Amino acid sequence: MQAAEYELQKDVLVIRLKADLDHHTAVTVRESADALLTRSRAKHILFDFTGVDFMDSSGIGVIMGRYRQVIFQGGRVGVMGVGSNVDRILKISGLYKIVERYETAEEAFTRPSEECLTGSN
Amino acid sequence: METFDNEMRLMFQAKSCNEALARMTVAAFLTPLNPTLEELADTKTAVSEAVTNAIIHGYGDKEGTVELWCARKGSEVFFHIKDTGSGIADIEAAMEPMYTTKPEMERSGMGFSFMEAFTDELVVESAVGEGTVVKMKKRIG
Repeated sequence: MQAAEYELQKDVLVIRLKADLDHHTAVTVRESADALLTRSRAKHILFDFTGVDFMDSSGIGVIMGRYRQVIFQGGRVGVMGVGSNVDRILKISGLYKIVERYETAEEAFTRPSEECLTGSN
Repeated sequence: METFDNEMRLMFQAKSCNEALARMTVAAFLTPLNPTLEELADTKTAVSEAVTNAIIHGYGDKEGTVELWCARKGSEVFFHIKDTGSGIADIEAAMEPMYTTKPEMERSGMGFSFMEAFTDELVVESAVGEGTVVKMKKRIG
């Protein structure tokens, strides 16, 4: 099973997770995401957890690592489709301090002001 | 010898694809206790952290076997995750939140913190060159 699917929407790299985000999938997601970040003009990253409700501390490492990749170019990292278990991990780890949570992709792209992922509105 | 209501042992190669296997096995073992979704998630996370540690830190690039032992007595469930890998030199430091020896692998250093937060009891026994056993206990219901 593929760990994730990747899609570029405007300047946002959308990472649609297809499997539990653990150490096993973290390695491939990290490699794929960084390769795409290098050769595309993606500035922001949106992790889509729709249909995936397991993440452990390896997932925290992946999100923090991608945050470090984009922050210096003024990029942001968002999450969407977050279920209760992933939400708890994100809360406990304090990741919501640096990562914005959206309910839908539309919200991520249209929410006004600096909270909007693309920051263009 | 202590008797349990149920007991199981799973041995698998120290490969990351087996992390999901360990989680699913533990979830299935808990099913007769009718755990809440939260209890199930807590247990899966704690076991996932311990198994990941065994694979990454216990064995690293070396081959090895990870053993997952589960037992149940009443509403208490016991999980032991054992490796015969490199062992932990300083357990206290390893258990500090955000402490990691592998930042280049983007390890967050939250593994033991999660095991502690998501179970009722956590004991780590380790000897350098011999391996590590992580013992956890969780009450269900």
